[in-house]
Amino acid sequence: MNEMTEMNENPLYLLPEVLLAASAVLGLLLGAWLPRRRQWLTGALAAVACTAGIVAAAIAAAAPVKTVFGDSFALDTLTAGARIVILGATLLVLALAAPRMHADARETEFYVLLQLASLGTLMLAGAQDLLLLAAAYLLASVPAYALAGFRKDGPGTEAALKFYVVGALLGVVMLTGVTVLLAAGRTTSYPMLRTELAEAPGGLVAVGTLALLAGLLFKAGGVPGHFWVPDAVQGSSGTVAAFLATVPKIGALAAFYRLAAVPLADADLPWADLVAVLAVASMTLGNLAAFFQQDVKRLLAYSTISQVGYLLLPVAVAGRTDLDQPALLYYLAGYALTNLGAFAVVCALPRAHTLDDYRGLARAHPALLASLAVCLLGLVGTPPTAVFLGKLEVFSAAFDGGYAWLAVAAAVNTVASLFYYLRWIGPAFRTSEAVGEQRVTSRPAAVVAYAAATGSVVLGVLGGVVLDVLDGPLAR
Amino acid sequence: MLTAIVLLPTAVAALLLCVPRGAPRTLFLTAWASTTAVELILTVIVWAGYRTDGGMQYETRARWIPSAGISYHVGVDGLSLPLVALTCVLFLACALYAWRDTRRVREFAALFLFLQTTCLGLFVALDLILFFVFFDLSIVAMYFVIAGWGHKNAARSALKFFLYTFIGSLALLLGFIGLYLAADPHTFDIVDLTTANPLAGHATYGALVLLAIGVGLAVKTPTVPFHTWLPPAHTDAPAAGSAILAGVLLKMGTYGFLRIALPVLPGAWREYALVFVVVGVVSVLYGALVALAQTDFKRMIAYTSVNHMGYIVLAIGAAGAVGANQEEARRLAVTGSVFQMVSHGLLTGALFLLSGVLYERGRTYEMSAYSGVAGRAPVFAALTGVAAFASLGLPGFSGFIAEFQILAGSLGPEPVATGLAVLGILLTAGLFLRALQQMLLGPLRLPVAAPGTDRPFPDLRLHEGLAVVPLLVLGVVLGLAPRFVLDVVEPASRTVLELLGR
Repeated sequence: MNEMTEMNENPLYLLPEVLLAASAVLGLLLGAWLPRRRQWLTGALAAVACTAGIVAAAIAAAAPVKTVFGDSFALDTLTAGARIVILGATLLVLALAAPRMHADARETEFYVLLQLASLGTLMLAGAQDLLLLAAAYLLASVPAYALAGFRKDGPGTEAALKFYVVGALLGVVMLTGVTVLLAAGRTTSYPMLRTELAEAPGGLVAVGTLALLAGLLFKAGGVPGHFWVPDAVQGSSGTVAAFLATVPKIGALAAFYRLAAVPLADADLPWADLVAVLAVASMTLGNLAAFFQQDVKRLLAYSTISQVGYLLLPVAVAGRTDLDQPALLYYLAGYALTNLGAFAVVCALPRAHTLDDYRGLARAHPALLASLAVCLLGLVGTPPTAVFLGKLEVFSAAFDGGYAWLAVAAAVNTVASLFYYLRWIGPAFRTSEAVGEQRVTSRPAAVVAYAAATGSVVLGVLGGVVLDVLDGPLAR
Repeated sequence: MLTAIVLLPTAVAALLLCVPRGAPRTLFLTAWASTTAVELILTVIVWAGYRTDGGMQYETRARWIPSAGISYHVGVDGLSLPLVALTCVLFLACALYAWRDTRRVREFAALFLFLQTTCLGLFVALDLILFFVFFDLSIVAMYFVIAGWGHKNAARSALKFFLYTFIGSLALLLGFIGLYLAADPHTFDIVDLTTANPLAGHATYGALVLLAIGVGLAVKTPTVPFHTWLPPAHTDAPAAGSAILAGVLLKMGTYGFLRIALPVLPGAWREYALVFVVVGVVSVLYGALVALAQTDFKRMIAYTSVNHMGYIVLAIGAAGAVGANQEEARRLAVTGSVFQMVSHGLLTGALFLLSGVLYERGRTYEMSAYSGVAGRAPVFAALTGVAAFASLGLPGFSGFIAEFQILAGSLGPEPVATGLAVLGILLTAGLFLRALQQMLLGPLRLPVAAPGTDRPFPDLRLHEGLAVVPLLVLGVVLGLAPRFVLDVVEPASRTVLELLGR
């Protein structure tokens, strides 16, 4: 037994996580010594760590499924897929941040916080134990609070405060959930919980699960844990907004799915109905609230809330169909790329805050408008972008899992979402007098936007290859 | 071969976008026009190599997303080949028509080339998802055409168009997913699904899938009551955009019925064919009546499209009346519906281009603003007259052959409905004659000369003539010698009916 434990505690199993943690710590030390103009090196270090992490995760994905560090961390396709998406998204955020933060007095701090928040998200995705899940929640949240208020201005402070208060509250609720589930199942490890919870009293399991979901929905930014999203995204800088609206969701939804597929799989819970209701609430509320927003970041914030709704579809039918896991992972990858592309356009036009500021973009920056159109129409699910195939898979999964009405609700919501995305693209064709100030562009951010838009189309067209890889057994 | 035809316009579009915007306007226009000409030549070559009774030809099938049952599968048969040819003809006409355009020519040309890819791709697609991809992209491209180059309330109309047809496309997608999951093994391939007939014996499931697909295609066609996006979109779109919208994009709906709904869901179609018959007749009559009430020339043509597409829906509805011992009649109806698609594409395309000429001269579509135009612009008047007469179904033009086949074919299976639909011809005849009389004849009265024109209402220019005349000539040729198209269509409609009879 002892030998077994030693064998599965090899730190190399957690290479992507270890790399990110090491680079964060090393960056902090380096930052204390490097002159201000050289601090970009810490950012470069972070990029190297992310890239190496992606490679390590891809190599690890080929290995057979196992659980490491006791029963606490799962190494399976879900973890591998989430790792690659999270690290790739972080890499894009770093590319967006680098020119903006260059020679900033707190450049290193920014990169370190970013890496720690990503690390927490990675842990969320792989956690196979309730206590590790709670720890990952804190690791993912606390640096994010600091990032939200990083600019130290009025809106940023408000954003950080709201983010923190909601996060702290729901975090405590989540811990309560962990406690209740521990009481019900007498363990915190998922594989054992699966058998224990099947025989535990239904009420206790239901209360514990609901409380646990509060924390995950907070991280995912789904209803009812979504209250922080609009303010945090609008109040923080474009780069941080891009991060907050994209990366934590990936880990949270992977954790959500794992929860559904492993510990709660045999529990006596109306799981699918519960998640279906949450999904419909998320997409509908997000869409309705986005309808008449004027601020582009706020609009995108509500759009991400609605996207969580679609992403919850495969979670709702987890275990009822074979399509659920590839659908979720593929949608997450497509969503991360497309959403970051949209935020990159926002970052590329730092002076344009409202929809009206985008008037005349067709004439001034046609390539940027094209990227914006690809990303926004991509988020709607227009083929051949990645999110289209993601939606197709997600709808198919819902149908196949016996939740056709959920797919219909999602389709109706998709149409509704088209309205506000078009409210953004439409004015770009109108001529504008307010040329000049609004037209300041950030070239590197524009390049990221082009890359993300192209990437989302390429990912969509090459979807076949990717989907094949994403189908694999879960660690149980 | 088909893949090259489909992708060539987009490749050229990508090249055009790489050329700096400052390059001479004629470069973009020449590239656009010559690409569409090459497309037409390639299509003629495909037609020449097509064996009329050979079923699906020029097939290519490649793995695309095997785990989701999606493949890249294209091919042509008698249903799609005429529409592919129609698409190439109309796009060439639009490229010629736009010869004098000055507004962001590079983007306009690129967008139209891309639009051509989506239209051609849709007609040759033999995979539901491929079909859907092109279906959706055509909406996106058309949205940008209307929003970027339209006039008056273009942004509003474009939004309405996009939202409305997007609802349709999502309904369609849900229906496709329903078919996909019903088939064993799961597949989106139209040919495989047609062979498998997956929903035979699942009455409720089949009805729901048909409902989703039917609504999706009916929005696009458009039939009453899903037609309300059409008039504003047409009125505010640029002339070339309207011509493509009416000439090609509307056909996607009816083509979808013939390609997907009838062969894949034969049971459900037979069960609910009457619904489509009723919807068709209502569209015929309602479209004609509302067109009669219009004062705006372009809006009037838009409503006659609802009327003309109604005949097609009537015909394919009548084709569902299996067992009434009307084999011959039903085949006539299906053939007529394909012929009507081609005929309507040519004639309405010409009419919309002519209405564009009208707008460019007078900056309004109000029919009451014009009078006696024939005296000032005889060629324009003559062509408009020919197009209008052809469109109302005068013998000698393609419209007559099409409507005759449809009505003769539908009369046996659905006598009452067909009797009512004949009234539609009467109404369209009345409204076209009234419009011609008001605008072309009478004392000369024109709107104040538009800015940029030296004298009021110059006659048709060469490039406009080159765009419109071939469309009308084809309309006459098809009206006098329809055999070469019918030979291609008839075997295909026989196949459709065999599949429907299973």
